[in-house]
Amino acid sequence: MDILAVLIPVSLLLGLGGLAAFWWTLKRGQYDDPEGDSQRILRGDYDDHPKP
Amino acid sequence: MSDTMQVPSISACPACVATPLAVDRAAAAAAETPARIMLSIPDAHCALCISTVESDLEKMPGIRSARLNLTLRRVSVDADASVSPDQIIERLVTLGYPAYELDPGTLSMTHIDRQGRDLLMRLGVAGFSMMNIMLLSVAVWSGATDATRDLFHLISAAIAVPTVAFAAQPFFRKAWSGVKAGRLDMDFPISLAITLATAISLYETFNGGHHAYFDAAVMLTFFLLAGRYLDFRTRAVARSAAQELSALEVPRAIRLSGTVEDTVSVSELVVGDLVLVRPGGRIPVDGEIVAGTSELDRSLLTGETLPVFAERGLLVTAGAVNLTGPLTVRVSAAGKDSSLHRMADLVAVAENARNKYTTLAERAARLYSPSVHLLAFGAFAVWMWITGGDVRLAINIAAATLIITCPCALGLAVPAVVTAASGKLFRAGLLIKDGSALERLAEVDTVVFDKTGTLTMGTPEPVNLADLSRADLEVAAALGAASSHPLAMSLAGAARAQGVIPVTLDHIAEVPGHGVQAMWNGQRVRLGRAAWVGAEALNVTAAYLAIGTQEPRAIAFADRLRQGAQEAVAAFEAQGKRVILISGDVAGAVSDLANRLGIEDWRAEALPQDKADAITAMQAEGRRVLMVGDGLNDTVALTAAHVSISPASALDAARVASDIVLLGASLAVLPEAQRVSMRAVRRIRENFAVSFGYNIIAVPIALIGVASPLIAALAMSVSSITVALNSLRLK
Repeated sequence: MDILAVLIPVSLLLGLGGLAAFWWTLKRGQYDDPEGDSQRILRGDYDDHPKP
Repeated sequence: MSDTMQVPSISACPACVATPLAVDRAAAAAAETPARIMLSIPDAHCALCISTVESDLEKMPGIRSARLNLTLRRVSVDADASVSPDQIIERLVTLGYPAYELDPGTLSMTHIDRQGRDLLMRLGVAGFSMMNIMLLSVAVWSGATDATRDLFHLISAAIAVPTVAFAAQPFFRKAWSGVKAGRLDMDFPISLAITLATAISLYETFNGGHHAYFDAAVMLTFFLLAGRYLDFRTRAVARSAAQELSALEVPRAIRLSGTVEDTVSVSELVVGDLVLVRPGGRIPVDGEIVAGTSELDRSLLTGETLPVFAERGLLVTAGAVNLTGPLTVRVSAAGKDSSLHRMADLVAVAENARNKYTTLAERAARLYSPSVHLLAFGAFAVWMWITGGDVRLAINIAAATLIITCPCALGLAVPAVVTAASGKLFRAGLLIKDGSALERLAEVDTVVFDKTGTLTMGTPEPVNLADLSRADLEVAAALGAASSHPLAMSLAGAARAQGVIPVTLDHIAEVPGHGVQAMWNGQRVRLGRAAWVGAEALNVTAAYLAIGTQEPRAIAFADRLRQGAQEAVAAFEAQGKRVILISGDVAGAVSDLANRLGIEDWRAEALPQDKADAITAMQAEGRRVLMVGDGLNDTVALTAAHVSISPASALDAARVASDIVLLGASLAVLPEAQRVSMRAVRRIRENFAVSFGYNIIAVPIALIGVASPLIAALAMSVSSITVALNSLRLK
């Protein structure tokens, strides 16, 4: 059961990592235009350097 | 400009005072700051639109970048100060996308934005904690015992307590304000369940108990926040878009004092002042014309399409548009006494008379809140009695009852459907301003249309050009091009569209209120009113053309039908709804249009109050009326109706008074919108049935005291997901 001492912190850290990533996407406004983003992905215009 | 910009930048950044260089740099940046222009593009809908709009705008000189937000149908443009929004709008129109300018000040919407992000952040925190706690809970459910179980419970508590304290705040706050106001709304049982579940689990954890409901408490928060967020988003999108549409027209007037003209705010005018109204301007006050002749377009006031001849002595009302010559008006009523203001009073009266509509969600909450509290309290009392005073067990069972009945599904049932439905309608070009409008639209059985500006475009077009010889047409086109009268402009436009090349005229003169005259090949040519031209007046809207001594020709005009008007009327009638046309225009014009569209029931020359009275009378008979109108004369009727729609081209007052704004040009989407709303209401009812069904199974389990945290978690997630999936079926 010693493995728990490793696994539990790992799972908590992973959760925190996910939360941090979510926070970052939220701050960057990535949920502002879901419909537009779903269409933009089909275009090749900005494949090399994404539009700011 | 840069001076005024510097002041706030210094006060906003005290450190900058110490470094003058920074001040200079800030000022320079402020001077160069590109203007951000926001435009609404209701017709944007696809990947192609993104490329077309963005790449084309970015090719325009002075534009740095353009980004189209497809969700909000809005393009934001970073441009040099030299680029005016009108240029961009013009460019977009040539691309085939009608656009409206939005005020970026109200649009930055920092408050609403922050509120939305705040909710989303809480939702995220609740979601991630829920997953982590669930990991630990699954371990407990699958058989962890003793020290391991207690440790897992402790770790869960360490995650759950801060999460609940942060994420469930919106519910606590609303519940508290409800309690202070003496109400028990949905938020109270929600807050009670969350706090009770957390508290009892903490107690159990520290006393080595078997059951902890941390996962349930956090899951409850998560699902309810999801519902709250959907609800918020629908309303925020509608609210911001409705704000966008309100034109920022500051009411100003040109006051004449002696020979001096000064521009003043309308509120400063007093009775007896002289006001100059230039051609194309709106008359700002009620009054009497003391000088000048012209024609007045009163279509927005009364629904009349035909301009009215105006000369000295005529009494005019605020809101009419002056067409051809300058007019001087002596103010007889301004501000509170003017007819515009009286109309606003009528609207206020109608608003008060409108019954407060109880939405399905409110009705469900009214039924739900007391019964849940009774149930939980009953369980507590009964188990206290059965066990002879085992408080711990009784509270445990009461908490389990609260958690299981807690309205996860109920909280999602309405917002999920409304989000799906209003998204669908928004894509069709309809903007729902008020959440309950969808439910009210579903109940409609009578549709009342206004004529001018609603079923018709409000712009006349010539109908008998084919009767005129080519030579006559060339003269008429030249005369028409010389005037800004709507009939003349429409005639010139129609002639141009047919490839007619206007002749060259000499001595062109516009005679305000009468028409245009000129010399052509040595003869006098005139285009204008019948009496002035010397023709017999027909009883339709017409302009008359006289060339020299020849017999004058009549050019008849008809108001152009709005796109989709025919389909909309036909579809509503096919659905078995009663369609009525009520207009302020003269009987001839109204009956013509009614015949063209196949509307049997029509009324003409209706005053604003008549329209509202007709609607109120129908509603007193138990009919549910949908009013579609655009003018100032419709505002009272729009407010009185069960639900109302106005086109985006409508007057500000009419849009404010209506529940739904039609962003696109076509009326054909209205019957479809009504069908969507009926389907949405059916889905909402199904969702209520689903969550009620789950409760019927789960509540007895909780009451007899065999509910485990696993059963609570299952009941909650399964019912919420069922409800969410059912809502998505709407698409």
